[in-house]
Amino acid sequence: MKWNKKDLLDLESLSSEEMSMILDTAKSFREVLNRPIKKVPILRGKTIVNMFFEPSTRTSASFDMAAKRLMADTVNISPKTSAVQKGETLLDTARNLEAMKIDLVVMRHSSSGAPHFLASRIKAGVINAGDGQHAHPTQGLLDMFTIKERRGGFEGLNVLIVGDITHSRVARSNINGLIKMGAKVSVCGPSTLVPVGIEQLGVKVYYNLDEAIPQADVINVLRLQLERQKKGLLPSLREYSLQFCLDKERMAKAKKDVTIMHPGPMNRGVEIDPDVADGEQSVILDQVTNGVAVRMAVLYLLSGGDAPLAEAIKKEA
Amino acid sequence: MSNSRIQNSESRILVKGGRVIDPQNRRDEVLDILIEDGLIAKIEAKIEDAKAEVIDLKGKYVFPGLVDMHVHLREPGREDEETIASGSRAAAAGGFTAIACMPNTQPVIDSQGLVQFIKSRQIPECRVYPVGAITKGSLGEELAEIGDMYQSGAVGISDDGKPVTNSNLMRRALDYCRMFDIPVISHCEDKFLSADGAMNEGALATKLGLRGIPNAAEAAMAARDVMLADLTGGRVHIAHVSCAETVDIIRRAKRAGIKVTAETCPQYFILSEEAVIGYDSMMRVNPPLRSKADVMTIIDALKDGTIDCIVTDHAPHSSEEKEVEFDQAPCGMLGLETSLGLCWTYLVEKNILTASQLVEKMAVNPARILKIQNPVEPKAQANLTIFDPKAEWEVDPTKFKSKSRNTPFKGYKLKGKAVMTIVNGQQIKI
Repeated sequence: MKWNKKDLLDLESLSSEEMSMILDTAKSFREVLNRPIKKVPILRGKTIVNMFFEPSTRTSASFDMAAKRLMADTVNISPKTSAVQKGETLLDTARNLEAMKIDLVVMRHSSSGAPHFLASRIKAGVINAGDGQHAHPTQGLLDMFTIKERRGGFEGLNVLIVGDITHSRVARSNINGLIKMGAKVSVCGPSTLVPVGIEQLGVKVYYNLDEAIPQADVINVLRLQLERQKKGLLPSLREYSLQFCLDKERMAKAKKDVTIMHPGPMNRGVEIDPDVADGEQSVILDQVTNGVAVRMAVLYLLSGGDAPLAEAIKKEA
Repeated sequence: MSNSRIQNSESRILVKGGRVIDPQNRRDEVLDILIEDGLIAKIEAKIEDAKAEVIDLKGKYVFPGLVDMHVHLREPGREDEETIASGSRAAAAGGFTAIACMPNTQPVIDSQGLVQFIKSRQIPECRVYPVGAITKGSLGEELAEIGDMYQSGAVGISDDGKPVTNSNLMRRALDYCRMFDIPVISHCEDKFLSADGAMNEGALATKLGLRGIPNAAEAAMAARDVMLADLTGGRVHIAHVSCAETVDIIRRAKRAGIKVTAETCPQYFILSEEAVIGYDSMMRVNPPLRSKADVMTIIDALKDGTIDCIVTDHAPHSSEEKEVEFDQAPCGMLGLETSLGLCWTYLVEKNILTASQLVEKMAVNPARILKIQNPVEPKAQANLTIFDPKAEWEVDPTKFKSKSRNTPFKGYKLKGKAVMTIVNGQQIKI
């Protein structure tokens, strides 16, 4: 099978075979990350632009690092330092960058669909690094990679996503990816933060965390944006925490081998108890490491991925 | 004033052999119409007049001049997007002989002087009737000088786009307008409910990660406004109805004898929310494109007369502002140059409305609601739309007379096109 998509915009538009291909490729790169010299020269001569229109530490560093480990040239643009500040439209910014002969654009944007908008208008490949509340495909893939690493596979696995589902692109990408790979997905959160019609994506909805926990093999805890309270969606953080914090008491109701995930950054004590976050079941830091490998795989495949992978990796070994 | 300037007092035009469809006078037959000095002189089965310029309309239809009672012309303020002249030419190209323009320009049309400014910018291609603001600056605080605006030519009032939140003020507006018998045109939207929504609320919005606008944002205010119309005896006209709940409210209010009329636009009976898949910002409009079930209800409401008028809500936007991220794009679609073809193709050809019913919704009813003189009768000013029901054409925005290009119907293949209008007795070639 050969990769034949120009862009990675969301997981909805990928087949399970394509997702498996990314995960398998990432596995090879994951091994590279354990080497003393963590570089392979397979994207030498390629130029990747990272455009982060929203603040990001983890994802932008992860993409930048992934590109550098593949020896691509990277340019990082943030709205504060770019012409966006001067009123340039996204389309003009992109067209100008493209005129500089770039290969890939990695973009984070607060508007859902912004990468789709861009992808349909430029020749370079576009990788969605998070768009509004729509999709965060590489996060979905790295979560899937981590689950597969820990649990061996997806078939029949019960994955529970807890928190603000409405505003979460991570939730949507997890739901779309995991269901396609054969997992059963449930969501749990306050009814004001579970969006209309979410059941139609194929998930089961819980509003009571204590009822949801016992069935779960994997619990993915989402970050609660602290400004939700001001918008009238929550009475208080205290109340949220009382109802939905994954604390030690609730963990006692979980399966013994449950896997705990969080896409970060964490609000310790709000959505997750520090001891649970740092506990034995937690794979939260593995997610971060795997993120680099998954993004290396995505960059490699979207750049053409023509060099036979095994050989390419061997070269610098 | 402008009418006398554009009339050719020497003219005699004989409109011959066209099928005259005029529901107001219960006509649907092949008739000749003689126009003398801008006025209709005779309407008869066969008229011969050696001195008249004869327009042979065999195979064509003759409608009372079409009236679009909801357009945005952007002048004054955003003349880069549309002017009164360019909008009038677009209207003529779409077969309209009269348009009513909304007051949300910069500045807002909220005084007699601004109403006169709009009237003074008219060109022969189309009659332009200003809608004045309900409140000063459309700020929702104090009533604008409605009487003075009415006396200078405003045909209705509206704070379109900025609905009057204060229910007591809305009550006063409806009460006050009884003196002039003009409608209060209500853009029904509870802005707290629609919040920062970008599309219809529902499973699709959830999937696309776009914030949703529930039907209740429209229907809640429609319910309030029909109650206030009932309370005051004023006339309320519900703008751009998009959803089933609003239709239900209007239907019940009409049954109860409340003075309510309503309009919808082609986008609400042709397009559904699924057009938003792919995040094409041309599909962003307010109210948003709704579910398929809502679309079916709008069609039913057109059929049973709950919705009186088809308007366009013609809303020009510059491409640099419109061709951006979906939730950053301004709301609105062009409509003047596509509406008639869309309505013919999607309503008449599909046997949802008869030609005569379509003419009611696009000419007779809007003229009645705004009290615009538009009859096809002897001694009346001749305002006619000549329509070719067989013309097949494709929507090509590059050929628009409008200064803007933001149509969601680019590439649509349509049947039926206006080929000429007669405005105040003068031929307008398309």
